[in-house]
Formats: sequence, structure tokens, C-alpha cells
Amino acid sequence: MDLVTPNIGLVFWTTVCFAILIFILGKYAWKPILAAISEREKSIESALSMAEAAKEEMARLTSENEELLKQARAERDLILKEARKMKDQIVAEAKDSAQAEGARMIERARIEIDNQKAIAMADVKNQVATLSLEIAEKVLRKQFEDQKKQDALVADLLKEVKLK
Amino acid sequence: MVSGTILKSKIFNILLICAFFSLAAPFAKAATAEDSTKDPKERAKEAILEHIGDSHSWPVLGKTTIGLPVILYTDKGLEVFSSKKIEAEGSVYQGANYSYKLEGNKIKVVDAAGKVDEVTSKKVWDFSITRNVISLFMSCAILLLVFFGVSSAYRKGINKAPKGLQSFIEPLIVFVRDDVAIPNMGYKYARFMPLLLTIFFFILINNLLGIVPFFPGGYNLTGNIAVTGTLAVIILFVVNLNGNKYYWKHIFSPNPWWLFPIMIPVEIVSIFSKPIALMIRLFANMTAGHIVALSLISLIFIFGTLWIAPVSVAFVVFMDCIEVLIAFLQAYIFTLLSALFIGMAIMEHH
Repeated sequence: MDLVTPNIGLVFWTTVCFAILIFILGKYAWKPILAAISEREKSIESALSMAEAAKEEMARLTSENEELLKQARAERDLILKEARKMKDQIVAEAKDSAQAEGARMIERARIEIDNQKAIAMADVKNQVATLSLEIAEKVLRKQFEDQKKQDALVADLLKEVKLK
Repeated sequence: MVSGTILKSKIFNILLICAFFSLAAPFAKAATAEDSTKDPKERAKEAILEHIGDSHSWPVLGKTTIGLPVILYTDKGLEVFSSKKIEAEGSVYQGANYSYKLEGNKIKVVDAAGKVDEVTSKKVWDFSITRNVISLFMSCAILLLVFFGVSSAYRKGINKAPKGLQSFIEPLIVFVRDDVAIPNMGYKYARFMPLLLTIFFFILINNLLGIVPFFPGGYNLTGNIAVTGTLAVIILFVVNLNGNKYYWKHIFSPNPWWLFPIMIPVEIVSIFSKPIALMIRLFANMTAGHIVALSLISLIFIFGTLWIAPVSVAFVVFMDCIEVLIAFLQAYIFTLLSALFIGMAIMEHH
């Protein structure tokens, strides 16, 4: 029964040693170690949450970029479409105005031609009249070169004229 | 028979040369000339009991021992002398107050006629630095060294990854905190962490040193009822000094009232039975492990042949592996139950 009889000396020394151990370790080991462990745990946790936040931020930025890109593309398409429309419009307008101008010029040319033709016709008429008069004069002159014919004509004319 | 004895003492020497000196030292003592005629079974039993018990001398190598200070507190005053003086069988030391001799492992007062004076012996309190006290000092020194090293490593770099010894210790500390303290004690755990950690590592280091058969191990400190009893008493005090009103109400006013005569004695017994269970569990587990390992070694001497040695060694190696597991397990169980008892005492409501 020696085995289960506690020895007072060992009880005493165990108490002393344990008390010293708990005091010294508590002050110089457990406190700083536990503090350091929880400190590190906190820092790891915050680092992880920061990484998570950065990832989210990244995803947000990416989606934002994509959105922007999509918008930009849409805008570009819109601008291109508008430009094309404008081009078509301008071309059409130009065509219209060119046509109108052409028509106007043709009209003017025709009027000019008509005018010129009228002038030319008048000129021709005058010349024909002059020519006819000259021809007539020359014919008459030829016919009335003979004095007798002139007398005959005067006589004729005098016969026609009846005194009233 | 004579040649058999010589062979046996040769085996003893071989065994001593092998690293087993501390474990084997008791065998060497048991094999001294005067009791070599004894039955090997008896000798093995003596040797085992001597190993798992305590001793006033410190076996270093074989029969060589170092004298340890004997400190006696007598009714006439303090007395200090070397254990060398009473080591030899039957030798009497004439101290300042009384004459002393060693009987078994106990220091007894002898009268002028050389007879043991039992009445006076009861008045002598033995605070000697025994073999177990030396191992207690060594384990405390190891703990202090280890944890000063580890804590300085923490001070150097708070946010650095642990390395070396620190990375072995840290999971244990985190384990005690997260799996022992917090689940059992809730948010008030921080106050009891130093106690739990000290208990855990104190038991663990002594369990592990107990498995090592040579210096600085080879003792049976956590298998000593005085040590486990002291730890249990510490827990008893911590639990009851921290018990809140719910804890005491649970003990002294059970529900319903007519259970008073049964429940109050039961609850009071339970206050003491919890630490007693702690004490017995650790003591029995560690002592049993040592007894089994030593018994297996003793088989060699009981059979009186070397051919059994491989079997013994194989079994001892197997036992030692289990002992390492038990060393951790018992440290864990003691700490866990301490945390549980403290947790029950400081719990806010039921």
C-alpha cells in the first residue's frame, strides 16, 4: 500500500513547483504566446477578408469595364449608323441638288437657245426682207428701165383711177 | 545454479550497458549478492515496485548512486543530511535531534538500542529531495526552457509563421484553447487558460519523460499518487473557489425539495469524487504502463534465458508506442475534465 500513500515531501515539492511554474509561465509564456496567437489569427483573418474584398472589387471592376465596353460599343455602333445615315442623306441631297441644278441649267440653256433662235430668226427675217426688197427693187428697176412700160403702167393706173 | 547466477549477472550487465540504465537500475540493486538466492519472480516484483515508487538515492549508472539531500522537519527542528549516510542496508545516521535509518523507503527514527521508534517517527515530516523530486525539478526546468524559447520566438515576430519547436507547441496550445477551454467554459475561458496550459504541458512532459528509460527520464512522476493528488487538489480548489451561485444552488437546493436528504449528500460527495477520479485515473494509467513495460523486460529474468529477449523487446517497443499515445491522451483527459468541472462551476444558467 506504499504505492497509494501520498508522500508529504512530494506533495510539498509538487505544490511549490507547480505554483512557480504557473506563475512564471503564466506571466512570461502563456500571456505573450496566447496574445501573439490571437493577434496573428486576427491578422490572418483580416488579410483573408481583405483578399476577399479585393477579389470582389476586382470582379466589380471587371464587370464595370465590361459594361463600359459594351456601352462604348453600342455608342460606336450608334455613331456609325448615324454617320452612315448622314452620308446617305448628304449623298441624296447632293444628288437632288445636282439634278435640280442640271435641270435649271438645261432650262436656262433652252431659254437662251430659244432667245438666240428668235434673234436669229428675226435677223434672218430682216435679211430676207432686205434681200426681197433689194431683189424686188432690182426686178422693178429692170422692168421699168424701158420708158414705154412706165407710161403703160401709168396709163393703166390712171384708167383704174376713176375720178370721183 | 552458480553458473546460472553468473549468466544472469552477465545479462544484467549487458542490459545496463544498453541504454536502459534507469529502468534497469532497480534490477541491478535487486541482483546484489545477498538476495541473489531469491526467486526471480520476487526480485522482478521488487524491482518493478522500486522503479514505480520513490527513492532517497538517485541511481546514475548501475549500482552507482548519487546521494540526495534528506530534509526532515522534526518536532525539535529542521535536519538536513545526505542520503548516502543511510543508504547502506541497516546503517544508522546520528542526526542533531534523533538517529535515523532507512526502512524500505521510509526514514524512521531509531532509539539508542537501534530499534525503530514508531511514535517519534510519526512526528518526523520528510521533505527530502527524492528521486521523484529531482525529476520534478528537471521537468519544470525543461518546461521553462521550452516555453521561454517559444515565447521569445513569438516576441520576435508576431505575424511570422511558426517554426521549429514553436510549430510543434502552437497546435497544442491552440488545441487546448479551441477544443478544451472554449467548448467547456465559454467566453470566460481566458482566465483559466494559464492553469489549463500549465496542467496540460506539466502532465505531458512528465508522461513523456517517464517513457524515456534514461536521463532525464526514467521516473514515474505522473504515476505517483502524491503528484496526481496535488494536481487534483488544485483543481478542487479552483473549481470550488470559482463556483458561482448557480453551482452552489445546484448542490444545496436540488429540485424538487423532497430530494434534499438524498441529493445534498450525493452532491457533496460529487464535489470530492470528481478530483479523486482525476487523481486515480492519471496515477493508474501511468503506473500501469510502467508496470507492463517492466514486467515484459522482467520476463527475460524470470525465464532465465536470453531467447525470450526479442519477444520482450518487441512487446516493450509496442507498449512504448501505446504509452506515447497514452501520455498525450491522459494529459488531454486531465485538462479536458478540469475544464469541464470549472466550466460547470462557472456556468451562468442551466
